[in-house]
This record gives sequence, structure tokens and C-alpha cells, in this order.
Amino acid sequence: MNTVLAIAGVVIKELYRRKDFYVLFVLTAVITLVMGSVSFFHDTKMVRYVKDIALLLIWISALVIAIATTARQIPAERENRTIFPLLAKPVTRWQVILGKFAGCWLACGMALIVLYLFFVVVSGTREHHWPLLNYCQALWLQWVMLGVVIAFVLLGSVVFAAPSSNATISFIVVLGILFVGRYLNQVALQEPEPLKTLVYTLYFLIPHLEWYDVRDLIIYDQKLVGWVDCGLATLYALLYMGVFLLGAWLVFRRKPLNL
Amino acid sequence: MRETRNVKRLGPYVILVLLLAACFSLATVLQDRVSDWSKRGRSDNVLKVLLGDGRRLFADQFFVQADVSFHSGYYPSIFDQANRPKDTSHLTAKEGEPAAEEHEKQMNFLGPPRDWIERFGRHFIVNEHTHLEGSHESEILPWLKLAAELDPQKIETYTVAAYWLRDLGKVKEAERFLREGLLNNPGSYDILFELGSLYDQSSHDPARARKIWELALRRWGEQEAAGKKPDLLKLGQIADFLAHLEEKEGHLARAIQLLKLSQKGSPHPEAAQRRIDELKQKLAAPSPLANPKAR
Repeated sequence: MNTVLAIAGVVIKELYRRKDFYVLFVLTAVITLVMGSVSFFHDTKMVRYVKDIALLLIWISALVIAIATTARQIPAERENRTIFPLLAKPVTRWQVILGKFAGCWLACGMALIVLYLFFVVVSGTREHHWPLLNYCQALWLQWVMLGVVIAFVLLGSVVFAAPSSNATISFIVVLGILFVGRYLNQVALQEPEPLKTLVYTLYFLIPHLEWYDVRDLIIYDQKLVGWVDCGLATLYALLYMGVFLLGAWLVFRRKPLNL
Repeated sequence: MRETRNVKRLGPYVILVLLLAACFSLATVLQDRVSDWSKRGRSDNVLKVLLGDGRRLFADQFFVQADVSFHSGYYPSIFDQANRPKDTSHLTAKEGEPAAEEHEKQMNFLGPPRDWIERFGRHFIVNEHTHLEGSHESEILPWLKLAAELDPQKIETYTVAAYWLRDLGKVKEAERFLREGLLNNPGSYDILFELGSLYDQSSHDPARARKIWELALRRWGEQEAAGKKPDLLKLGQIADFLAHLEEKEGHLARAIQLLKLSQKGSPHPEAAQRRIDELKQKLAAPSPLANPKAR
């Protein structure tokens, strides 16, 4: 466990030493504050459009950080040849995978906390209302979803040749699931066989990341998701994380480390 | 030797200064010509400059976002196309009106879940059909304002926004926005109708309302004469409202004329006919002044 945490620590330090997070945070903050400062029809009480824009930017930033950070972890180790001394210590390949995953996931968690704190301050000063439990639930669900994405990208990083191709394919897959995943069953029903079976199989196999996007519940002041449902969704995500991490280890243990 | 070294050292800087001077001179010459090439640069709107005519693609999306906001996130996706609202009359319809009831049926698009994934997924989305109420109705206005900025020729943006601004008591803002819409769409009878409604219902200025509605009728007529096939339903509405105003002011003959016009576009011409008959009876009834003994 100490080994895994040590590797994770290095990844977290990498996040706050690189400029990615700061650039995205400043961009999110500037756009949100500019939109928030605009007065429409001399009414300063409108807040939902600010929340909508802020949460959209937070989701985009978090996805960019997660995918970009994870996609380069193992390829960078191999390119810099630091993978050799790392594995020469009593560190197994499984520990490397787990350590990189834990580091990326915790780093994304920290980034999310900062982004959500900013969101709470901006929406709270306008709305004078702080549904903290709802925000915490949204943050938790988004973090859990990012865990699935990170595990998927880690699998991609041992399968694909370059970090750029891995990142591009991961973005396309993740965005595809977020936009279309919910409706694949409807699409399947309208198709003839064998396409119907194919699409339906895909619908059941993909991790339904769109469940974790509860922005509308926050923006439109809806009630909390049931805690049992939240727990089940977390368990579902943990299972998929396990599947992707195991897949990554199975590929990585057979992969030659020389480029 | 020293001079050669100095020339070599200063040479690049001199060339840089000469190039900058040349750029500046060329810019002063080209400035006038370039402004004729593209109208985009002359615009005072940042979005027009950045997006050009492509901004109209986004305008529709922002208008839909206003509708999504109005429904607090409960809205059919592109995969529920058959159940998407066909028009925007629900955005300005009150509870109990036929448009509102038709809309209620349309918005029952979710249906029973087809599998456990869909059933579970519904715990994480807005799955109840509601409309914004009270002061929350103002939340759709930013999206409408953005839609108007991106596509000033989209008429319903102005009419829907003005309706809700009036409902929120912001009559001056509604008038200003409608006049902005008229500047961008001078022939729009829809905007003129909405402006007339503002003067009649919110400002209680029937004289001004009448002038604007008469102008709306004229604009409608001009579009019909030009072969543009304007909306008959709107003609019916304008004529109906004007008839109501004329009736209140005692100009019954004019009211009857307008009601006959409104029958062309009314979904219930028999209701208009009933009103015409009532007005004809009133017109035919002897006035109290003609028979002093009746007092």
C-alpha cells in the first residue's frame, strides 16, 4: 500500500507543478465571472445561467485534466526510461498501475474540490442560498465518474502507441457515452437485426457515465438523489474501475518496456 | 573593423524598424479598402465579429435552452424528436388554455422505462414536467437575450421575452426590447402585435395600442400582397384584439368589420360569428337618446 501511495504522491505533485490545472481554473473563473457580471434586462438575480455555464466549464476542465494527466503517465515513464528503476525496486506492475490510477484519481479529486469551491462561492453570492449537500453529492458523483474515465484511459495508455491517440480516442468515447449512452436502447429499437442486437449489446456493456451528470438537478434546484441510488451508482463505477484496471494490468504485464 | 561589427550588431534592429514603418504605412493605406471587403469588422457586437453568420446556428440552440430552462431541465432530447414541442405557444400560454393542455400531452415523452438501466438512470435526471413560476420565470431571459444577439431576425425571441418581461412587471424593458426587435425586423407584424398588447394591457394606453395594431394589420397586408404567405392565425389575433378595443370604445361598426377579418384566421370562426351577431343586435337596438319617454 505504501508503494502505491508513494507513486500516487508523485502524480499529485506533477499535477500542481504543471500548468494544466491553473490554466483551466483561470479560464473557468474568468468566463464564469464575466458571464456573471453581465446584467440582463437590469436584473441581477438571475443565477441559473451562471450555474449552467460554471458547471459545464467544470465538467470540461475536469475531463481534460483527467484524460490528459492519465494518458501520459505510463508512456512518459517508458519514454524517460524511469520505468526501469521503478520496476527494479520491489514494485510490481500491478502496483504501478494502481499507483498511477490512485494518483490521477486523487489529483482529479483535489482539482474538483477547488473548482466546486469556486462554484459554491459564485452561486452562493448571487443566490444567497447554499444547498451544500446537493453540491457534495454532485462532486462525489463526478469524482466517481472520473475514476471510471481514468481507469479507461490507463487501459488505453498500455494499448495505444501514443498518448495523443489514447487521449483523442478516450475523449471521443467518453463524450459519446455522455451524450448518447442514455438513448442507445431507443436507437436500437428502431434498427433492423442484427444491428439492433449489436447496439443493444453495446448499450448494456458500456459504463453509463451519464448517470453521474447531475448538473440539471443542481441548476434547477431539484431534490437530492436518493442515498441508496448514490451508493449503487458508486458500486457500479467501482466495478467498472476494477474491470479496466485489471484489463490494463493484463496487457501491461506482457508488454515489453523498451520503445 | 569596429564599424563592420557595429553595422552587423545594429543591422537587424534597423531592418526591424524599417519593417515596422512599412507595416504602419501599409495599414493606413489598406484600412479604407479592407472595411469594404467585410461587414463583420464594422459590427459593434463581439459575437458577430467572432462568429460571423455562423452565429445563427447557435441562436436556435440558445432559444431551445430557454425552453429547457422554462421546463427546469425536463425536455425531450433529439431522440424524442416526435415529442418535441412543435411551436413555442406553450412558452406564453397560461394554465387551462388549449395550447397549455396540448403541450401537457406532448411533454409526456418519457413513458415507462424499457430496461433496468433506464429505470435506474431516471433517478439522476429531472423527470417531472413543471414550468417556472413566480420570479423564477426571469431565468429564461438571459438565454433569450443571447439568442436575440446571435440572430436578430428570429422574431419569436423578442415576442416571448417581451411577454415574460411584462409578466415580471418590467414593462419598460419589454418595450425597449420589442423596439430593438422592430429595428432589426421593420416589417414584423408579430412584434407590432406584442407591442400593441403591451400598450393595451400593461401601459393602459388604448389609443397607442390601436395605432400599433393598425400598423400590424397594414404590415400583414403588405406581406400578403408581396406573396409571402403570412400567418393567418396572427391576422385573426390582431383583428380580434383590435375589434375588442373598438367595441370597448363604442365603435361597433368598425368592431364588426374587424371580427369578419378575424374569422379568416380564427380556429373557431363560429365564436367570432356569434360576437358579430351580438354586435349587430346592439347596433340595431334604438339608442336611449332617440326615445326620451323610455327614461
